Amino acid sequence: MHATIFGYIRAHSWRQQLLILALTLVSLPFFYLWVELPKRIVDDALGGPAGPREFWGLELSRLDYLFALCLLFLGLVLINGAFKYVINVYKGVVGERMLRRLRYELYQRILRFPPGHFRVMSQGQLVQMINAEVEPLGGFIGDAYALPAYQGGMLLTILAFMFVQNPLLGFAAILFYPLQIWLIPKLQRQVNELGRRRVRQMRVVAERIGETTSGVIDIRANAAQNYEQSRFADELGKVFFIRFAIFKKKFLIKFINNFLAQFAPFLFYSVGGYLVLQGELTIGAILAIIAAHEKLAAPWKELLTYYQNLWDARIKYEQVVAQFDPPGLLREIDAAAPADVGAPTLLQAKGLTVVDDDDETVVNAVEFDLELPAHVAVTGRPGGGQHALLQVAANLRAPLAGSLHLGDLDVAKLAPSATADHVAYVGNSGQVFAGSLRDNLLLGLKHKPPAGGKGSRTRQDVLEAKASGNSPFDGTADWVDYTAAGVADAKAIDAWLAEVATVVRLDQDLFALGLRGELGAAGAEALGPSLLEARRLVAERREADPKLARLIEGFDPERYNSNATVAENLLFGTPLDAAYELERLPENRFVLEVLAATGLDVRLRQAGYALAETMVELFADLPPDHEYYRQFSFIGPDDLPDYRALIGRITAAEVAKLKDGRDRRRLLALPLRLIPTRHRLGVIDPPLQAEILQARRRLRAHLPASERSKIAFFDPEAVNRAASVQDNILFGRIAYGQANAGQVVAALVGEIIDRLDLRAAIVTLGLGAPAGIGGVRLTAAQRQKVALGRALARRPSVLVLDDPLAPLDRTEQDRLQESLRAHMAGRTMLWAHQHPEWLAAFDRVIVMDGAAVVSVGPPPGAQAGAHEAA
Amino acid sequence: MTHNNEGAMNLNDDVQALKTIPLFAKVDAAKLKLLAFTSERLSYAEGDALFEAGDPADAAYIVMQGEADVLVRTPEGPVKVASVGQNDIVGEIGILCDVPRTATVRAASDLVTLRISKDGFFHLVTQFPEVGIEIMAELASRLHQTTQQLTELMRQRPPAR
Repeated sequence: MHATIFGYIRAHSWRQQLLILALTLVSLPFFYLWVELPKRIVDDALGGPAGPREFWGLELSRLDYLFALCLLFLGLVLINGAFKYVINVYKGVVGERMLRRLRYELYQRILRFPPGHFRVMSQGQLVQMINAEVEPLGGFIGDAYALPAYQGGMLLTILAFMFVQNPLLGFAAILFYPLQIWLIPKLQRQVNELGRRRVRQMRVVAERIGETTSGVIDIRANAAQNYEQSRFADELGKVFFIRFAIFKKKFLIKFINNFLAQFAPFLFYSVGGYLVLQGELTIGAILAIIAAHEKLAAPWKELLTYYQNLWDARIKYEQVVAQFDPPGLLREIDAAAPADVGAPTLLQAKGLTVVDDDDETVVNAVEFDLELPAHVAVTGRPGGGQHALLQVAANLRAPLAGSLHLGDLDVAKLAPSATADHVAYVGNSGQVFAGSLRDNLLLGLKHKPPAGGKGSRTRQDVLEAKASGNSPFDGTADWVDYTAAGVADAKAIDAWLAEVATVVRLDQDLFALGLRGELGAAGAEALGPSLLEARRLVAERREADPKLARLIEGFDPERYNSNATVAENLLFGTPLDAAYELERLPENRFVLEVLAATGLDVRLRQAGYALAETMVELFADLPPDHEYYRQFSFIGPDDLPDYRALIGRITAAEVAKLKDGRDRRRLLALPLRLIPTRHRLGVIDPPLQAEILQARRRLRAHLPASERSKIAFFDPEAVNRAASVQDNILFGRIAYGQANAGQVVAALVGEIIDRLDLRAAIVTLGLGAPAGIGGVRLTAAQRQKVALGRALARRPSVLVLDDPLAPLDRTEQDRLQESLRAHMAGRTMLWAHQHPEWLAAFDRVIVMDGAAVVSVGPPPGAQAGAHEAA
Repeated sequence: MTHNNEGAMNLNDDVQALKTIPLFAKVDAAKLKLLAFTSERLSYAEGDALFEAGDPADAAYIVMQGEADVLVRTPEGPVKVASVGQNDIVGEIGILCDVPRTATVRAASDLVTLRISKDGFFHLVTQFPEVGIEIMAELASRLHQTTQQLTELMRQRPPAR
């Protein structure tokens, strides 16, 4: 990246800058003409002698001449306006393109940061710099050349005029310019230095906010709120005092500027006046000079502002760029892979020396030769350099000296994309990104730009990306390299991913996600008939087995389901629209009408009152951040005081006559969440259940057609796209209070799914489940398995595993160790771990200690030659 | 309408039952109500397992009705080592020291338990040190019994070497 902003502007937008300049210059004559025209109208058309006038070779009467000039004036207004419009839009576009380019390049830089740099640069800082700090640069870039040229030109023109009038007074007008040029930048630099400090300080503030959000539980757990608040207040205080200093300096500059600007008129009146009195100058000349000087003020002010912005922009640019230019920046990813690692037959370290982020030598002049393919364990005392060795093997860290060769290729000299084809790396905290699990598993197959698949980029998108130096590849196209995955096309990929998921033992999770996730319209279409068949089979089994019948309570239009919420019983369906979701029901007009018509609203509010009493009693002593609120309470900790006040204000008997809409909603909201068998509060008794059934029927009958489409009603003969696969199959709820009901029902559902051969389809549904931002919807173990899965999905010939199983529990680690080794049979694995009992299963073991390789050979206790024989 | 009948099983009944358990004798009714509310009332048929040896320990169980057998695995098959009945608490050791279940507990009749999750149990113990002390006393007495049994065994069967 260029060291200065002007270098950057020239390199990437000199053509556009020239065009802006040219447009500006072309616009000038029209501007002058427009300024001149009123004088001509007054002097020539209205004043002067009577008689016809000549207008562009035409002889016009005086009146026609006046109208011609006025029309010309109007035309010039339009032309000038059009010029301004075009120039401004173009300036904006140029600035925005440069901004886009800059942000893109900075983002690219983040992807190339050496591993240690992330400890120096926090996420908050990076976000702040890329988003906010470079923003004003866009506005400046459009003006970078055009403004000084234009305003400078005006200034010079006016000055020339003044010197022609009177050299002495002309000189007086610019007498203080040198002082201003000398003094203002000095002050301005101080302001800028303060500005820089403010930027740094704001970054600290951003970091504090970031740290607080991610650590809020620990802060609360340690009751450190007061301390943290005070620390934050200190940081804000620093911001305040920096700003205060800025104000003082900034307005001092303004004061000096104004004073000096008004000093010239002082000279005009005093010196000029003296000259007039001496008869050496006419009054007209003085007035002309004063008028000219007034005109001088505008461009001079513009130039000074520009000058200040220039300093701002330069500093901001240099500061940001410097932060994004750490030593040891990795190489840029290239589009085409020049060298092919293939399936290497040799791993060779020659004098390999690696330093870590603290410049400690973690691998010291290591030498070894290993025949590949082999399953190689890298072990030894923690911190013996295993981690660094594996990072070098995966081309994630550059060695300080020596080399590591895969086959005859030096890994550190390979382009990143060359290793990507055949070497996969998994660390011990695999990151999962927002998107579906499928997207995440396919990430490793997306390193080659899409060959021909069309994404949603339009022609304009492509052209603009090019104009801003952004990636020419369409991020919305299909990037998946199906050949590398060993499948024919997109249709076949799910089967391969399911296979990989089985190897990393994620298949059960995918199945569970598919089973419990919302079916969706596509799922309903694909699986509809099979799900109805499965539902029929479940019903059959329930009829045959009374024990099973106790575990599942089916949805019956004519019966109250005591294992579902009151709201579900009322709607007898799943909301498709937010207006029918639990939280919004108490304000839903149609639902309220039905409740009022059946008299149920009073009964439910009374139930709500009883419930509120119980909750207030139960949660009276719990601190507001107690886990129980989230898990068990019908009332959030913030609302509890409202309810406490409510039951204090009115008695149970007054509930029926309650007028206040808010109170009514509050009380109604509570019982809607109630599940009789789960909560065992005894509030929803059989007579009330019968009333709810009545309301259910009434709602179904009275709901307008337009509202009907907002609910997916429970229909024994149809699938419900808003419900999960499991709910569709069960068509009911698993009963609360029945021991092991979950397991027994899950086994039944699993059995029926296998009988109908639906497992693969459900796993496919699970692949589409969203992972959440940063994978929040998955457990740590699931995230790690996704990271392993995406390494396997691309069929690497060398799999580098940097203790990836550590986040899993012991038995799971053992199982995965076996399935991974079986899956990678005949291919190479470099696996750092701390499991002595696994070593016997590996072909070769590298033992490291204190940055050195202690031994390389067959696992301890293995018979000599066992490996060669195998 | 089996389901609806169970729905009638009221929280207050659970509280009444908990009150009669010595462990909770000193805990006031409001707290027991919270305990009951945050716990799960579970019914078992004879032969159903509450948990199996080796399972992760995530809850303790209070027997409300019926009886259950405590079984340990031996080379000769499962052996019943104890029996628990109404008002007994079972499975609390596993959640206290975070080890997998050491024994299997199986319903010996139709059984109703109150399942107290690990979090609920710790909440109770931290809020009511008396409950903690009660549990300590119970554990100490069990340890005493075990030691005595062990001493008895050692006396009968001298060491092999």
